[in-house]
Amino acid sequence: MIEPNRQGEVWVFAEQEDGSLHEVVLELCGKARELADQLGVGVGVVLPGRDVQSLAKPLFTHGADRVYLVEDDRLAHYQTGSYCRVMSTLIEKHRPQIVIYGATPLGRDLGPRVASTMRAGLTADCTDLEIQNVTDPRTKVEHENLLLQIRPAFGGNIIATIINYDWWPQMATVREGVMPLKEADTSRDGELVRESVELDESVLALRLIKRHIEPRKVNLKGARVIVAGGGGVGSKDDFELIQHLAGAIGGAVGASRAAVDSGFIGKEHQIGQTGTTVRPALYIAAGISGAVQHRAGMEESAKIVAINTDPDAPIFSVAQYGIVGDVKKIIPMMIKAIKEKQ
Amino acid sequence: MPYDSIVCVKQVPDTANVTAEAMKEDGTVNRAALSAIFNPEDLHALETALEVRDAHGGTVTVLTMGPPKAAEVLRECLYRGADRAILLTDRGAAASDTLATSYILSQAIRTVGHYDLVFCGRQAIDGDTAQVGPQIAEKLGVPQITYLERVVDLDENVIQVQRNIGQGWEIVEATLPVLITVIDTANRPRPCAAKKVMRYKRARAMTELAGEVKDDLPEASDKQRQAELERRSRSLQDRGLMIEQWDLKRIGAELERCGIAGSPTKVHRIQAIVLTKEGFTEIPPTEEGVRQLVHELVVDRTWG
Ligand SMILES: Cc1cc2nc3c(=O)[nH]c(=O)nc-3n(C[C@H](O)[C@H](O)[C@H](O)COP(=O)(O)OP(=O)(O)OC[C@H]3O[C@@H](n4cnc5c(N)ncnc54)[C@H](O)[C@@H]3O)c2cc1C
Repeated sequence: MIEPNRQGEVWVFAEQEDGSLHEVVLELCGKARELADQLGVGVGVVLPGRDVQSLAKPLFTHGADRVYLVEDDRLAHYQTGSYCRVMSTLIEKHRPQIVIYGATPLGRDLGPRVASTMRAGLTADCTDLEIQNVTDPRTKVEHENLLLQIRPAFGGNIIATIINYDWWPQMATVREGVMPLKEADTSRDGELVRESVELDESVLALRLIKRHIEPRKVNLKGARVIVAGGGGVGSKDDFELIQHLAGAIGGAVGASRAAVDSGFIGKEHQIGQTGTTVRPALYIAAGISGAVQHRAGMEESAKIVAINTDPDAPIFSVAQYGIVGDVKKIIPMMIKAIKEKQ
Repeated sequence: MPYDSIVCVKQVPDTANVTAEAMKEDGTVNRAALSAIFNPEDLHALETALEVRDAHGGTVTVLTMGPPKAAEVLRECLYRGADRAILLTDRGAAASDTLATSYILSQAIRTVGHYDLVFCGRQAIDGDTAQVGPQIAEKLGVPQITYLERVVDLDENVIQVQRNIGQGWEIVEATLPVLITVIDTANRPRPCAAKKVMRYKRARAMTELAGEVKDDLPEASDKQRQAELERRSRSLQDRGLMIEQWDLKRIGAELERCGIAGSPTKVHRIQAIVLTKEGFTEIPPTEEGVRQLVHELVVDRTWG
């Protein structure tokens, strides 16, 4: 735990894999910039790895003022112990007021270990962050400019706002795809700060034997339009209708877990709590009931069209347009109507 | 060689199945109407530990922190083959955030004594934080391996685990002791064994027993109740059916690190998600209706 430090920077942990930055890092830089401007402080990014200096540039153009570069051969592959040592050493040294991580499998492995080491708080899977003054209802003390850590909880049925009065830094993991990726400002530059951190055997307890990375085939995050099919589509053959509609409007194909589990389409298309979180301009949900775990990954979409035979399906409650009907009839009608327009 | 495992399990409200009955008039969730279940991924953690024991020998101890009712999940562990069950219950533990919870559980694990492996489910469905496992590992000063998909090898105190890293997998190796979190694709949890159900359905923790005595003897004096409680607990004890019950004192926990006092994060506000029908247009399922919809989406530039 560090004492509240009002001059402390807003920090982002830069997740990278084999020399390429995880997309979420640049999303977080944009958000950190916003928070830091409100607080009148700088944005710092911690970048550990081997030969990763070239990654500093995009961090600067996306909002970082300072990049803390920690290069060491033993940091080539992520492991909890060594990366946790890097984060906690630098946090103690520079005393940032806020530290955010992507809520990726890696960020969710690292964040809690750092929080426990620092005896600080950590809020998982935030979908928004804000700065506000908060009065502690118990002590009546007003705390200026706290970080509001906003996240869905209880299976997505409630939204909780979490704060941390004085066991700083204030830390959160943030879901991928929820903070808009801002455009790079190529005129921005910043300061590269080289740091070295002592790594002993105790923090290098894991030996990597083998690793298999699947290429990312679908780009659901970047899609402006997503057509998603669910269990109600009925069969793998009928799921081609979803692909045809997506093709007709130039959208990406999404799916509910039921569709994935039934083998209609690969898991990389799954949207929801255990899949990808998306917020396209248009989301068409066909034969999807709208279970909370699915809604958690798509309800931020700007417009939602739902097609379902059951007029009481929960998906209708988050949709702007609803069609009570059979996907096998409605989708061909939509394809036809689109072709007419073009 | 045999390995001793400790599995942390949790009883949670069934947030995945929010039924119509659990919704209140205003569209918010009535928590009391949700059934309490065994946290799904904890069942996979238990299964992993049982498989290690079946293959190598050793013991499986299950540990839960929660209200007296949480003993229900411990019985379910016994039905599946756990060797020892511990209920950690104390008012001082209420309202703990993940940091305080992991401190308390780590103290309990130390109190159990020897262990080679600690298993947790990746996350609990009421909070979905996935923080408690890694934080227990840090408190115990042991390495963590998160998101186990498969135990590849376990030999001479060295374990190899295949872990899911989102976009693929990796196999890592560590020397025991380690803490491992398990995901739901790791295995298929075994069902309860009928014989064990017959045997352990009477297993009780002291606090449960006290509640039952109170219900059974509403007219009795405190002294009579105490005598009855002692009689019943002795009888269960003799048959190996007392679930161990610990409090914060028993595990040597510093009170200022537990409950609200030990929690850096505070809940500032809770908003129920109210599913509204605001701005909703129903489109008739006809050619004309669909054409109209496509037209609207083009006009407001949603697509194109
Ligand atoms: C821990 C956990 C995590 C989860 N994560 C996810 C996740 O990331 N993503 C996800 O999607 N789910 C997830 N789920 C599963 C989720 O709870 C639901 O089971 C799932 O979303 C259901 O998918 P579905 O609505 O497509 O299928 P179903 O529940 O089978 O619903 C099918 C729907 O289609 C309608 N229908 C049937 N026939 C037709 C037809 N011919 N035309 C039109 N409509 C029709 C039905 O009325 C129904 O509403 C998770 C669950 C758990 C417990």
